[in-house]
Amino acid sequence: MTVGKIKAAIIGSGNIGTDLMYKLERSDVIELTAMIGIDADSDGLKRAKQKGYTVFTNGIEGIIENPHIAEIVFDATSAKAHVRHAKVLKELGILTIDLTPAARGPFFCPAVSSNQSSGELDNVNMITCGGQATIPIVHAVNQVADVSYGEIVATISSLSAGPGTRANIDEFTITTRRGIEEVGGADRGKALIILNPADPPILMRDTVYCEVKNMDESAIRKSITEMVEKVKEYVPGYRLRQDPMFDGNRVTVFIEVEGAGDYFPAYAGNLDIMTAAAMRVGEDFARSMLKEKAAESLI
Amino acid sequence: MNKRMNKPIQLTEVCLRDGSHVVAHQFTEQQVRNVARGLDEAGMHYIEVSHGDGLGGSTLQYGKSLVDEMTLIEAAVDECQNAKVAVLLIPGIGTVNELKQASELGARLVRVATHATEADVSAQHISKARELGMESLGFLMMAHSVSVEKLVEQAKLMESYGAEAVYVTDSAGALLPIEVRERIKALRNSLDIEVGFHAHNNLSVAVANTIAAIEEGATRIDGSVRCLGAGAGNTQTEVLLAVMERMGIDVGIDLYKMMDVAEEIVGPIIPGSQEIRKGSLVLGYAGVYSSFLLHAERAGKRFGIDPRDILVELGKMKVVGGQEDMILDVAAELAKNNKVRV
Repeated sequence: MTVGKIKAAIIGSGNIGTDLMYKLERSDVIELTAMIGIDADSDGLKRAKQKGYTVFTNGIEGIIENPHIAEIVFDATSAKAHVRHAKVLKELGILTIDLTPAARGPFFCPAVSSNQSSGELDNVNMITCGGQATIPIVHAVNQVADVSYGEIVATISSLSAGPGTRANIDEFTITTRRGIEEVGGADRGKALIILNPADPPILMRDTVYCEVKNMDESAIRKSITEMVEKVKEYVPGYRLRQDPMFDGNRVTVFIEVEGAGDYFPAYAGNLDIMTAAAMRVGEDFARSMLKEKAAESLI
Repeated sequence: MNKRMNKPIQLTEVCLRDGSHVVAHQFTEQQVRNVARGLDEAGMHYIEVSHGDGLGGSTLQYGKSLVDEMTLIEAAVDECQNAKVAVLLIPGIGTVNELKQASELGARLVRVATHATEADVSAQHISKARELGMESLGFLMMAHSVSVEKLVEQAKLMESYGAEAVYVTDSAGALLPIEVRERIKALRNSLDIEVGFHAHNNLSVAVANTIAAIEEGATRIDGSVRCLGAGAGNTQTEVLLAVMERMGIDVGIDLYKMMDVAEEIVGPIIPGSQEIRKGSLVLGYAGVYSSFLLHAERAGKRFGIDPRDILVELGKMKVVGGQEDMILDVAAELAKNNKVRV
């Protein structure tokens, strides 16, 4: 069963971790072995148990005691917890894909960055949900028009914002801003997040404003359209709500993200884009690990 | 009544923050200095200075500030002998970094504002403000949109994070006096901290609502001189002071001096008129966040749509404070539908 797959574990049994569990089930290069949490009564751990995964309820200790259970660990805990996890996992030689906004390792956005240098890395960060939804657009505009300022507004349904996000909302805005600059390519960035309690819950909406140095409407339109297709490859519910709007040196892009409905309902596009992006990055790493293993076995 | 009745009423003048919306965030340093000096000389207790959407609000989403708010905060602090300078912070827009900066420049109080159902995003900021030695208050926006029970539950959360008062914030100017009474009374009965009230005059009941709040024991009260605040403005400060004097409530602020500030300093800053017109009336009627008004008027012009239709649609969608990007989106959508009909 394990032939041709890389073993992975998830630490953090909240919304994100549980949604990721459902996604990894479908992977043909990753074999999910364990789900790790700290609350045996959490819905995520209960579901993991039902599905037959190994379940640890003692957090990171579970991996310290069983270091061979995974070559890749997805961390879906909190930025604070990740700081400690990152250290431990590095010492164990396990590659960590960090879904918290701790921003220890380099930022990864699958539609933008390629994983050429994966061999060197031991920890990569998935930025934030708002970052995953908007940075591709900033990047698309930047490629053809040079973005001097990129600003994004992520609006998510209140039900889809877990306690971790709520307690550390500044980490969201600060990490997303950095992502807009470092991965999106804007000279300066700014990020806003809004929680909307409407019932029935709203789909995740993102608005991207870019001020550009070289305005070229048709090139920008084309670049955005291509980028949307690229993100759709791993987030099928990612789409433009309106045609991009142009105003002087400014372009405004309206996006909507409908989730795949794996663990959370479809409105939680913010959870879906995060886990889908993390899975994509994890699979890219798993493929290169498998390639290396194949090469080693030939020698 | 009860033991908490004894706290004196303290007024916060919000024209240099809420009024920022009215001037599209184009306050100059000189204007802020003049207003702050006038208010301080009249005896105002607190003067709030920030971008209309709070610290960090200078954005394409809400409108860029002409002058950096930190410069304006510093200028206001410089002008005030007795009045304390306050700031607004909406988590998700501003961060503790801006709060720290404002505190270093001399801001003494922060209102941490969340939508009425989302108080738990304020814990980080309320406690940070306490750590910085600032007065730290909670601000529950769009208070008309939730039940009294929900509001109490959320106010208690803010109290648990260390807030020294929680405001019932009628961002849409949609509350009626009876509804204000219920809310203030319920908060007074459930909290050990002070209760505040912030109004918008979109239905012409801001002063009446504020009096109702005071009668129910609210002690932190907001106003804006000449109604220089979003929509039709807030409780008109100088009018409220006159009414309070008639009621025998003395808060130590000079009524005539406030009238002069209103007439001579603030009046000339107001670009149009703050009287209730169809746009601001619809805000209160449809229950929409007051700062949406100018954005809806602009979007209406751009897409050839009645701004009232945009605002009513936003009200139906239960859009919350800060969602200014929805205005263009809704306007574009309405324009599409209009075309289909033709």
